[in-house]
Formats: sequence, C-alpha cells, structure tokens
Amino acid sequence: MPLLDRTGALDDPWVLIEDGATGTASHTLVTFDAWPAAIAIPSRSLKLGVLVPNTLDAAALRAHFAALELIAITFPSYGDGRGFSVARRLRAAGYTGRLRARGPLIADQFRYALACGFDEIELPEASAARQPVSQWLAQIEAGVLPYQRGYAPGGNILDARRAARKALREDSANV
Amino acid sequence: MYRYDEFDSAFVRARVEEFRGQVARRLDGSLTEDEFKPLRLKNGVYLQLHAYMLRIAIPYGTLSAVQLRQLAVIAERYDRGYGHFTTRQNIQFNWPKLRDIPDILSLLADVEMHGIQTSGNCIRNVTADHFAGVAPDEIEDPRAVAELIRQWSTAHPEFSYLPRKFKVAVTGAARDRAVTAAHDIGLRIVRNAAGETGYTVLVGGGLGRTPMIGKVVRTFLPKADLLAYLEAVMRVYNLEGRRDNKYKARVKILVHEIGVEEFRARVEAEFAGLDGPGINADPAEVARIAAYFAPPAYAKLPATSTKLAARRASNPAFAEWVAVNTAPHVAPGYAAVTISLKGIGEAPGDITAVQMRAAADLAGRFSFNETRVTHLQNLVLPHVRQDDLFDVWQGLIASGLATANVGLITDIIACPGLDYCALATARSIPIAQAIAHRFADQARQRDIGELNIKISGCINACGHHHVGHIGILGLEKRGEESYQITLGGDATETAAIGEILGPGLSANEVPDAIERIVGVYLAQRYSGESFIAAVKRLGLAPFKAAFLVAPGAHHAAA
Repeated sequence: MPLLDRTGALDDPWVLIEDGATGTASHTLVTFDAWPAAIAIPSRSLKLGVLVPNTLDAAALRAHFAALELIAITFPSYGDGRGFSVARRLRAAGYTGRLRARGPLIADQFRYALACGFDEIELPEASAARQPVSQWLAQIEAGVLPYQRGYAPGGNILDARRAARKALREDSANV
Repeated sequence: MYRYDEFDSAFVRARVEEFRGQVARRLDGSLTEDEFKPLRLKNGVYLQLHAYMLRIAIPYGTLSAVQLRQLAVIAERYDRGYGHFTTRQNIQFNWPKLRDIPDILSLLADVEMHGIQTSGNCIRNVTADHFAGVAPDEIEDPRAVAELIRQWSTAHPEFSYLPRKFKVAVTGAARDRAVTAAHDIGLRIVRNAAGETGYTVLVGGGLGRTPMIGKVVRTFLPKADLLAYLEAVMRVYNLEGRRDNKYKARVKILVHEIGVEEFRARVEAEFAGLDGPGINADPAEVARIAAYFAPPAYAKLPATSTKLAARRASNPAFAEWVAVNTAPHVAPGYAAVTISLKGIGEAPGDITAVQMRAAADLAGRFSFNETRVTHLQNLVLPHVRQDDLFDVWQGLIASGLATANVGLITDIIACPGLDYCALATARSIPIAQAIAHRFADQARQRDIGELNIKISGCINACGHHHVGHIGILGLEKRGEESYQITLGGDATETAAIGEILGPGLSANEVPDAIERIVGVYLAQRYSGESFIAAVKRLGLAPFKAAFLVAPGAHHAAA
C-alpha cells in the first residue's frame, strides 16, 4: 500500500507476513500475535518489524526495542486517535526505530502524527488516490509552530517565546 | 484581557487559510463529506436543520468592546442581524453560508477570535467564572490558567481525535459560577495550608443522557505541574475511553466504570512517568499570560456611592434593577452589572447587532472596554462605577436590555431546540417564552426570589436541565413533544442532579406545572429561605404531590 514520509512518497521494503512464517523477504513485518515466534528464531539475519493494534501496552515490547527496525501501529479509522498516544508511549519508553501509522489517515493529521513520533504513513489505496502526496507535504510546509512543548521536534510557541525573552534580556544587558 | 502576540496571530491566521484549503479540498473531492466533517466541526461549523451554524469561542467568557462590535458586523453582513450566546460561553450564528465562513473566520482573526474547537471530539472552548477578577470571594483570577489551557489544547497533536468531546471549566472563587462539577475536567483554584495556590481537579462530570457529578482525582495539584497532569489525564482517556458506543464515550463513563480510585491510579502512574519540566509552561510564560489579566486602573472611590443611593431612593424601577442585576465588586465603589438577555418573550441568549453595539458602547464608556459572556446566556459589564449605574441603566433601557430578572424565575436557560437544532427532539424557546410570560410580574418574581429554570430540547442537555433548580427536558413521544420536569438540580459548588417529578407533560401544561411547584415553595418556605434550600429541606414528596395533580384538578380543589 502507498507509503510516505516527510520527504514524500516512498517504496515500501516491508512485506507483511500474516501467517506467522517469517518468509524470505529482507524486511519482514509480522503481526503482534506472531511476534513471539518470529523473535524466537535463532540467528535471524533478516530485518524484523511488528504490526501492533492501537491497544498495545508499550511495555510489552520494551525488551525487544533493539531488535525491532519498525513498529507499525494500526489506525482502524482516521477518527480513532489512540495510535497517537501509543506512539508517544513507545517513544517515551525509549523506542528509537522507525514508527509507522498504518490506516486511512487524512492529510490534516500528518503534522500531528509526526509530532507524536511517527516517521511514516501507510495508506489504503483509496485514501492515497484521493489525497496526493503534495497535500500531505503542504501540511508540513505551512511552518506554523504548535503550542505544545515536548511534541514536534521543530520547536513550539512556548519555547519560542522563552527564546525571545532570553534574547531580549541579553540585548538589554549588552547595551 | 489577553492580547495575541505574533505567534498567536500567525497561528489563527494560518488556521483560517487551512480551513479555506479544507473547503476547497472538500469541493474538489479530495476529502469525502465524512472526512471533511471533523475538520469543519473543529472550526465550529455545524450543519443544522435549515442551514450551517457557526459557533465562535469566547474563551473564558471575556469579550472586548471591539470584539463585540465585530460580532455585530458579522451578524449583519452574514447572518440575519442577531446571534445567540450559548451555555458554554460561545456565540452561534444560525444562518451563514459555507462559502462565506472562511471570510467570517478572517474577520474574527482581525479581532483575535476564532471558532477553533468549539465542536468535534477534541478539547473544547475553556470556560470560567464570568465574574473572574472582580468577585470578592475569589482566591485568584481563573482566566490566566484558562488562557494557558486554551493555548495548550489548541490543535493538540495527540488529543484532537478523542473518543468524544472534552470540556474544561475553571473557577477561582468559593462560589462556583462555572459549573465545574458538570465538566469533563473541572479545576478549582484553592489555597493549601502553606498558603500556596494550586488546583483541585475534578474529572468525569457531565450532563447529557448520563448526568454525572465530577469526582475529585487530585485535591491539590501544584500550579507548576498543571500541563503535565492534564496530559496524563488526557492520555489515559484517549487510550482507555470507550469508542464502541458514542453514548458511552465521555470520560465520565470511564471514571464511572473503572471507579475513581482506579482512574486516579492510572493518571498518577502516567503522570509519574512524564517529563514534567519538558511539558509544563515555565513560570515566566505563566507570568506573561497572567499580566494580561491584571486589574484595570480603578479610580480610588468610597465603598458606597451617595449618588447611587439618591437615585435609588427616587426611582423605584432603577432601584429594582440595581437590586437584581448588579453584583458586588472587589474594587470599592464599583459594581459588576449583568445585562439580561432574557427579556420577557425573547429567545434566551439572543442579541441583535444593534444591541451588541449598544452594549459595546456602554462597555467603552463605563467598563474599561470589557464585557463578559455568562454560561447563563447573559452579558456582563464587569467594572462599572456605582456613580455611573444610573447612566448605564438609561443606556440599557434605550436598547431594550434593562430587564431586571437576573437569577429570577424568568432568567431561563434554553438551548436553541427544535427551532434550529438538528439534534433537538422538542422546542425549547417557546417553552421559555411561555414560562416568562406567566411569571412576568416583577413583584411576584421578586417574591419567589432566586430560581433557576433550565430547558433542554433533547437528551444532550445543552440547556443544563439536570442542574436547574427546575429542569425541563423536551422529548418526542409518539410524534408529540413531551416535557419531563426535574427538581432539585444545583449548578454550584454543591452541585446536584435534579430528580424527575413525574410523567411528561405537553407543552401547554408546562407553565401550570411550574406554577404548582412554585406554589408548594411559597406555602412552605421559611422566612428568607430560597427555593433550592426549601427543596433540599422538604425533599421531593410535597412537590411531587402537587405536580401529579391532574391538570385543572387543583382549581376544583381550591
């Protein structure tokens, strides 16, 4: 299914294996249920990712963060915002690998998804066909700062105000 | 009051352009109607019975004269010359065209206003005590924290697709005038034993089809921890709140189902794991916002005005209005004036463009250019010199705004109901009008004293009927409107949900039923005892007995 990130459309190297077998693809994405079996295979040289529901308890994967190249979180609908919180908890728990939102998101959620720690969005064909990549990129080109601290890596209004206050103090100190 | 800096302005401007783009993408088919819906809702745009409705936020109810004049311009240019104040300190325009809405939002941005998050499954407009900053019983002005929460909750990356809507109210006074116990989060500013101010945090209050009084999850939250604590509450709700049934999706249901102890434990566990310093606003930012709410430059005046006393002595109608529509003020020689938008026979909360300008002019001349919007659907001039009250009253008379009924039986809350609303199951406004006509006699109203009637035209309870001393809920039964009457609701710090008195009534039976209920009170009250105090003392039984008398029967018995 179509995949994009903040640079635009991407080829998806990941192959979802739903029957529990790990297959021979270089990037194997397994379901959460199949995850214990997949991780147990010794001397595995393939890249492994896991597709999780948006009800995941982040702590359940913590011990395996280092072995995971990708965590994909399912969005059953654009209106179900649990995935944003799951992403936040995974990032807070120390996961630094690639994080994917998988489901019928809308372009207006791209900024939010990135701010919550996602790297990429995997869309159903129908959503992608209606919303060209340019609409997604336009959402992040707007360049408007958010209010919340601790989310978007590109800064926020509260810290920008703080920086402006500091600059003002230093300015007046130099006079 | 708060003024936007360059960041706030840029944000709201960008939001207007974003909505313009969303409308365009809807029109070119990029977005389905289903996908467009939450986007328009988050900008306050509803599709109603007859037209689109635009709901505009008046954060914590503070509205400048300039902003009120701009609302008058919008009412005249894009609506039918009036607007409607809601129970959540918003104003609604009922007749705008979708294609005009981006331009209306642009006019609002010109005066630092918006419709952001006045609808949708997100954190809604933050409300507060309408006497904030002027109430003598206040610990601290709640508007500074309300503004901080407004900013923090705006376009929140994590909490914009919640299970359901989420409402926050703040009070800083002993008397709760913000109905904090009926909000998803209610914050009460309190002082601890060490003399520090912080917040008592209530979660899980709400009205609607399952009314609940909020539970205390934190008795004292230090001020500095607020945003991290809110993030913890919201994350628990976002992850755990029910999404299988929209009628069970509010946080009140989660708190009820798992219990307040378990809810508290989950919030505290989440809060303990958060990077507080990385989330909370720094004290300089909090101080920056608070400075905007510093008191205006009051004149040094004697506590009482001899000019006012003389006018009251010589003009009974003026004396009546002063007694009913003014409230004590923290500054000596000043009063807070409530402008009733409940003229007998008018639609509660409606105001014409001409009246908006008149109120704005009075605010300019007599109240430091400031007005407030109350959840009771009235306007307030918060800082009027007692010496000027007579001039204010004369100005209000000229605009049809001098009704002296604040807090009385004809100061009725009513939602728009079936006359406008797509959700309504019955009319609200005509019921309010009929009751107001029945009790219009001023001496009789004053004799009855404080009595809050609140009317909702459907189970969603926008008219707050559950917390009305007398609540009226309009339903539809077998194609007929049917009105269910409740008694004993309380919207203050002693919040309570009213109890149903008996079977539903037809619209034309309602005024008689109210009359019978009031009759029990008048017959059984102690000297000086208010209606709600009498209800609490007497219990439901005598009122129920009077209520259940068959229509017409009480005349025969008399």
